[in-house]
Amino acid sequence: MLRALLAALAALVLVAAPVAAQDLQSVLQEHREGVENPSRRSVGVVIEALIAADPPGVQTFLERWQDREVWVRKADGLFFYTAPGEGGALTLLDIATGDPAGTAARDELGEVRPNGGVRREIAGALVRFQLSDPDPRARSAALTSIARNPSADQIEPLRASIADDPDPALKAAKERLAAILTARFGENTAERVAAIETLSNDIGLETRAALNQILAVSPGVGTTLPPGANIARELRPGSEALSAAEAYGRLVDAGLAPAPVARDRIKEVLAANIVDGRVAGIPVATLDTEARREEAYDRLAETGAVPPFLTEAERQAAIAAHVFYEAYAEPDAAVTDAARAALTEVDLRVGANQTADIALDALSLASIYFLAAIGLAITFGVMGVINMAHGEFIMMGAYTGYVVQLFVPDYTLSILIALPLAFAVTFGAGVAMERLVIRWLYRRPLETLLATFGISIALQQLAKNIFGTQARPLTAPAWLDGQLVINEIVAISYIRIAIFVLALVFLGLILFVLKRTRLGLEVRAVTQNPGMAASMGINPDRINMLTFGLGSGIAGIAGVAIGLYAKVTSEMGSDYIVQSFMTVVVGGVGNVWGTLAGATLIGVLQKGIEWVYPSNTLAAQTFMILFIILFIQVRPRGIVALKGRAAEA
Amino acid sequence: MTALLEVSGVSVTFDGFRAINNLSIQIGEPELRAVIGPNGAGKTTFMDIVTGKTRPDEGRVLWGERSVSLLRMSESQIARAGIGRKFQKPTVFEDQTVRENLAMALRNPRGPLAVLFHRKTPEGAARIESIAEEIGLLPALPRKAGELSHGQKQWLEIGMLLAQDPRLLLVDEPAAGMTPAEREHTTELLKRIARSRAVVVVEHDMEFVRRLDCKVTVLHEGSVLAEGTLDHVTRNQQVIDVYLGR
Amino acid sequence: MPSDALATSARPFAPRRSLIAQNPSVLWFLLALALFTLGVTVLAEMGLVSTSMVKTLGKTLCLCLVAVAMDVVWGYCGILSLGHMAFFGIGGYAIGMWLMYARTEIIVTTSLAAAPIPPTPEEIVDAVGTQIFGVVGSSEFPWLWAFADSLALQLLMVVLVPGLLALVFGWLAFRSRVTGVYLSILTQAMTLALSLWLFQNDTGLRGNNGLSGLQNIPGYDHVPQSTVSLVFFWASAAALAAGYLLFAWVVSGKFGSVIRGIRDNEARVRFLGYHVEHYKLFVFTLTAVVAGIAGALYYPQAGIINPAEIAPIASIYLAVWVAIGGRGRLYGAAIGAAFVSLLSSWFTGGGAPDIDLGFYRIQWTDWWLVLLGLSFVAVTLLAPKGIGGLFDLIPGRRTPDRQGDYGPDDGAWRREEGTE
Repeated sequence: MLRALLAALAALVLVAAPVAAQDLQSVLQEHREGVENPSRRSVGVVIEALIAADPPGVQTFLERWQDREVWVRKADGLFFYTAPGEGGALTLLDIATGDPAGTAARDELGEVRPNGGVRREIAGALVRFQLSDPDPRARSAALTSIARNPSADQIEPLRASIADDPDPALKAAKERLAAILTARFGENTAERVAAIETLSNDIGLETRAALNQILAVSPGVGTTLPPGANIARELRPGSEALSAAEAYGRLVDAGLAPAPVARDRIKEVLAANIVDGRVAGIPVATLDTEARREEAYDRLAETGAVPPFLTEAERQAAIAAHVFYEAYAEPDAAVTDAARAALTEVDLRVGANQTADIALDALSLASIYFLAAIGLAITFGVMGVINMAHGEFIMMGAYTGYVVQLFVPDYTLSILIALPLAFAVTFGAGVAMERLVIRWLYRRPLETLLATFGISIALQQLAKNIFGTQARPLTAPAWLDGQLVINEIVAISYIRIAIFVLALVFLGLILFVLKRTRLGLEVRAVTQNPGMAASMGINPDRINMLTFGLGSGIAGIAGVAIGLYAKVTSEMGSDYIVQSFMTVVVGGVGNVWGTLAGATLIGVLQKGIEWVYPSNTLAAQTFMILFIILFIQVRPRGIVALKGRAAEA
Repeated sequence: MTALLEVSGVSVTFDGFRAINNLSIQIGEPELRAVIGPNGAGKTTFMDIVTGKTRPDEGRVLWGERSVSLLRMSESQIARAGIGRKFQKPTVFEDQTVRENLAMALRNPRGPLAVLFHRKTPEGAARIESIAEEIGLLPALPRKAGELSHGQKQWLEIGMLLAQDPRLLLVDEPAAGMTPAEREHTTELLKRIARSRAVVVVEHDMEFVRRLDCKVTVLHEGSVLAEGTLDHVTRNQQVIDVYLGR
Repeated sequence: MPSDALATSARPFAPRRSLIAQNPSVLWFLLALALFTLGVTVLAEMGLVSTSMVKTLGKTLCLCLVAVAMDVVWGYCGILSLGHMAFFGIGGYAIGMWLMYARTEIIVTTSLAAAPIPPTPEEIVDAVGTQIFGVVGSSEFPWLWAFADSLALQLLMVVLVPGLLALVFGWLAFRSRVTGVYLSILTQAMTLALSLWLFQNDTGLRGNNGLSGLQNIPGYDHVPQSTVSLVFFWASAAALAAGYLLFAWVVSGKFGSVIRGIRDNEARVRFLGYHVEHYKLFVFTLTAVVAGIAGALYYPQAGIINPAEIAPIASIYLAVWVAIGGRGRLYGAAIGAAFVSLLSSWFTGGGAPDIDLGFYRIQWTDWWLVLLGLSFVAVTLLAPKGIGGLFDLIPGRRTPDRQGDYGPDDGAWRREEGTE
């Protein structure tokens, strides 16, 4: 089957190939000189002959030739492979069958040593065989190799290999590569334009690179536009695309105008012509302005000592006398037009997909902010208590996960243990903090803020003392590795999906606890009227303690989630605290939906700004905070504002 | 008697609850008016609207001869326009002396720079002392307001209201926490003030209202139920129903 | 006291006397400051206090000044600003730009003077730009540096930039009635935004490299650092004295009365006819300007400024100093700043001896922050008057500054207006 295929392939490559079947050795003997001492130029003839004849064993021969494992017997010039024989002699192996064919001493044989350039040519030829290799990995490698170094003669073998490829993904990749090659190297305009049009449906990086290559331009300058050239555009000197200085520089480069005398050159010339502290009669000490220096230079030029200084007017005249343009390397205008149209369409598609990708990113960022902020929203919104140590509870949760992984090596199991354990640890820390500190400061929120800040400072340093300053890993289970790839642009890692799901679960859980359970009822009662709640047998102390514990516990879980995709450090809490507060404030205090809205807004905004300023996340954060300050002007009570008398204060 | 304050067709809704429903009240200058009504009738919200703390959903609140709308003014602007308010719970600055409390309320320029470069004048000191005498706190001038008894705080608050020299005084339950003698004094004081200014007193205590001997407005569910002399309104069947329950 | 108050009103045209009479602590503070300044100077001249110690003490005086400003805005006006160190840093950057520019210009001019042809002004500016911005891969002068060559204009910036920033930010925040913890968070966000902006290389202030070499005063290279440090020490002491007097004047009298009223019950002050927002804005801006001046004196002594100095944590430490020193009294803030910052450098500088517990050795460089955090919690809970509260224990002493309940916060956070 394969043999037949190769034969067909060879027939396609060289239609006029001799039909008579030759064996490998005889083909090689015909081109003996070319095989023994191949040069980059001559090797092509040998390879063509080999492919045309397609004797059995040709692929193996090419591979071994490339790997410098072919020997020639000096006596008769026949080629062999070798294997180590007895007593320092080598066993000869037949190149067609691989069977032993006698022995020879080392000095009877010559090594065939193709140089690097030749070996690349051989490798190129081998690609044809690899395209139909039964191993899909080999086929994929062949495609990569072609894509990296595309050329016209690969079109045919590539096309030929498409029909029989059993793997649909590889088949599609081959079709795309064939289209790319055709677009660049096709025989006629119609074929190329057709290929380009098929490419406009594709958003792959290689496609865009191919289209851009077709549209590659080179700058040019002349007195008129060159006839017959495929002009991309004309450039007006002095415009943004081409400054006057650059335009003149191009003239100089093209030999169309004399080189200007640079400022540094003026200085050198002046320095070289100092006579008794004067240059052309002007005292050196006064040469501290450009105008004065040019004057001195002009005087020198009048004496003929130096080439004359080029005036601005002369320069402008030279520029005005020429046209500046960019010309396509591709001479065929129909092809470049099609490529431009295709690229526009591709860019549009890419833009749409990027938007989708950013939307996904924003969503996952929003779910992280939501997880980080919801605990805060509960303590801040429900109890009116501001907890600056909230970030440190997030950190505690993350370190809990890290410690669990030290003892439980199975990552799946360790995460399953870490989530409830982190909740328990931070719940306990929260309750302890409420009992020891916050309880004494109810109704004094600014002091609560400061006291919890003291705790935050202490906890942060404590973590540093225990775990050191370097980042600790919290490894996700293997099944969360990698990402969900929707196409070449849209992809989202499984960890982020998991965090998104976690955020949804917590949204549901918190809504359930607050709206459907006894605890939630009591919390709402204490929030609205502590005195009345107390008189109805609800213990506000207990409720406050539990609420605070709940808020802190969720922070711990958020810590595990955040630790999975970011590093665990003692400072990670402070990275999230301001954003969390912003989320709560923007969303509107005292409302779970508000926190959700705030997190979504901030997540979308941050990703949006990062998109506009791609290289600068710092700028993104700066603009975001500015936006939030302005947002509060418009909606001081957040997106989801409480109405009524309580909000009137 | 021209209308100093005209509230007409004002409504406020909190979370679906209509605290004030198409309320219209006119206060003349000078006039003493008592506003009574059961809990939740909208008495305090009425004051909140007049002083700019709560914005009504609809209606007009006009002030003075030139009929300026109060709805577009801030609390401090309204206060400077001549509306003083005494809160139900005495809210004096407990950390400051009685003299400082009164000095702060004294009618003077209110801008930060004017206040920063403010110099004490003999006239100002004399005015503070006369007010302190009026409210019986002359010996207490250098004491911190926080050290005063509840009744004394009420008096201080009334004193601050006097120091403001407003054209309209909104007084919320002035007599709460006072001894009978003090109530007597308060009644006299309010009546005397009302000779030259407009005074609106919100009160629960019928006996106190009776002693004020003035026009009474009964509020119920955010609108005026009845208006007239106390005897007139207490004979009104609706008022009786509201107060005694049906 | 009654006679005193009456006497004051009987002599209304002697405000200066009444300031000292109302606050004898002002006199005591200035006296102590003068003695301290003289003492340090004498000891430094005798060589008993090292130059670096003089610098540390001078810096501490600047911190005292910004702490006093913080006390006015927080302890007296009830605005817990977590952004005043940003104004401090801006002041430092403003003066640092001139120091760095002028000094680099001198260096460049000197090196170019050796060239056969004298340099043009443009060449000097280019060379200075390359020197200053080489670290961030640029040589262009950003617009921010437009006035960097003029000491007078940069000194104006020290006052103007923090003032304008505070004015705009405060106007936006106070106008929308953002109060209490919301305002604190918002000021913290402002600080964070500013420091993140400064961390960027393309901002034009050398990114995280910051400005350095500020201890070298251009044109005074021949003056030894020991003298320079003393001059700055004196300048810091004078600024602290002037700032203290200014704020003592501001918080005394009727203005002080109004802002304390705003702290305790903002709504009530509003109903008295005061435009609360204007007062807050005035206090916020004035203290920001003073913070900027303090920063402009601090950083030439520190020698380097970078965006980390403006990070939110710095402003929180400022609040910590004021709280530990005792807010609501100016000298408390100054004492707190001096005490905590000196103690902090003693502990983190390895001055404090380690404690060997047998099973564990407490190294204070690692544990100082834990101690500070916890003692801060303890002060908030157990001693809200801070160190300054100790002065109340002096027998027979009147406490005119502040008394009564420590609760600006009842007014600051109102879930429901329970005041009617």
